[in-house]
Amino acid sequence: MPVLVYTENAGGKFKKSIFEVVSYAKAIADAQSTTLTAISIGDVSADDLALLGKYGADKVLNVSADKLKNFVNQAYASVIAEAAKSEGADIVVLSNSFSGRGLAPRVGAKLDAGVADGAVSLPELSGGKFSIKKTAFSGKAFAVVELTSAKKVIALTPNSYQVVDKGTSAKVEDFSVDVKESDFKAMLKEIVRSTDKISLPDADIVVSGGRGLKGPENWGMVEELANLLGAATACSKPVSDAGWRPHSEHVGQTGIAVSPNLYIAIGISGAIQHLAGISRSKVIVVINKDPEAPFFKVADYGIVGDAFEVVPKLIEAVKAYKATA
Amino acid sequence: MKILVCISNVPDTTTKITFTSNNTQFNAAGVQFILNPYDEIALARAIELTDGGNGTVTVINVGDVGTEPTIRKALAIGATDAVRVNAVAHDAWFVAKQIAEYAKANAFDLILTGRESIDYNGSKVAAMVGELLDIPSVSIIKKLDISGSHATVEREIEGGKEILSIPLPFIAGTAEGVAEPKIPNMRGIMSARTKPLQVIEPVDVALNLEVTAYETPAPRGQVKLVSADETAKLVDLLHTEAKVI
Repeated sequence: MPVLVYTENAGGKFKKSIFEVVSYAKAIADAQSTTLTAISIGDVSADDLALLGKYGADKVLNVSADKLKNFVNQAYASVIAEAAKSEGADIVVLSNSFSGRGLAPRVGAKLDAGVADGAVSLPELSGGKFSIKKTAFSGKAFAVVELTSAKKVIALTPNSYQVVDKGTSAKVEDFSVDVKESDFKAMLKEIVRSTDKISLPDADIVVSGGRGLKGPENWGMVEELANLLGAATACSKPVSDAGWRPHSEHVGQTGIAVSPNLYIAIGISGAIQHLAGISRSKVIVVINKDPEAPFFKVADYGIVGDAFEVVPKLIEAVKAYKATA
Repeated sequence: MKILVCISNVPDTTTKITFTSNNTQFNAAGVQFILNPYDEIALARAIELTDGGNGTVTVINVGDVGTEPTIRKALAIGATDAVRVNAVAHDAWFVAKQIAEYAKANAFDLILTGRESIDYNGSKVAAMVGELLDIPSVSIIKKLDISGSHATVEREIEGGKEILSIPLPFIAGTAEGVAEPKIPNMRGIMSARTKPLQVIEPVDVALNLEVTAYETPAPRGQVKLVSADETAKLVDLLHTEAKVI
């Protein structure tokens, strides 16, 4: 019985986090001595579908019905559950993305499966138990959950698993399912994408600003540094509460939890709620004029200094580095 | 309009999270519990939507008697009445089953909850209730307007948003942007004491998940400080030592 992985696309393209999910699902399939079937729903080109094979899918089910071109939570959940049934898959894996978080519980309920959301590691299989580590308490801790049902749904946190290029290929098959009309009640009217910016949950590098920047007019240098590094911009809660930056940039316990390779915090003191949201960052750099700022206690690298002095110098240093790299 | 708001009782955001019994139990000693911040947003929007006698807001919580201060807080903020399902909230599936059972017997036009609770962060209850009631569910909404029998919602996606039109009834998980949390006033606090709080017994649920252990993140090493004049050195460290650029 294969493992099934749902590979969501954004505007017909797969993001890096989806290749992470495929690689992760492949590792689960290998551990279960079985194959990996991917299911793609929407308008994805043959070239892009082939990439799923490269990262480990043995077979790809391609659902391209007109009605399913745009994401509809209820209908997509039905398609994924039907695919799991027709493949005989006991394990369904998807991304813990914004859409995945709406899908996983519905697929779980349809399949009578326990749902491990926010997974950050491969399942531990011992003594007939199936346990997974997941984020909890908004980044302040992890919980190990055991799924006791025969069927299991796992939603993987982005940036938690390395993409593995297997260099293999998959056979692509068209797949169609009859989805009941009442699954299409929610109607998509418009998608607004900010194409010029790197999305925060997907970013490898995040440059984040806090109250120390004194006002929204001073974000130019944050954006310049982010652009140079190919980073997303973020902010602390007081900054989004004050309306200096949009809520979608708020990182912390009651905002977005991020896990980039590099998190650069500028003028953020490091309140416990903010630290919760960034605890899974691989490397943390803190720039703050207060040497007693709590953020330095969790940082890997730090500069004690005024942001208005340090950041322009850092921008010059990054430019110099890029010129020689 | 009848609105049901699902609320959760969670550790205050300032809580330092620790565990006991060989890291198998959450250490609740000395922890202040609060109304889940995202649920506060759901509640605030529900109160706005029913403003001026245009409907009722019922809050529901699955918890033991210890969650009643949080339920009273929701009543003080402005909920019409409350229901407590008398059981420890085992996990999202258990909670969703209880809420769906109650909602089936009491037709609601709209069900709201926070995008996630800040303890287990699952974002699962809304979609599970949606599936159990066979109604649309929409996760992580940033805007909610209702006109007649339809709602327009903005849903967060990576790097943008989707605008959807959804017929009532449906269930949604709310985030910042939907409403500003409301602070209870003195009249609210006084009236909360006498507002109806119904306690009902749970239905049986076939469980499929157990939390078996907890871990706290590994501590980081000592911070390496670089002087403000040595930004080039920092860039070099990030490249050669940390290997992140």
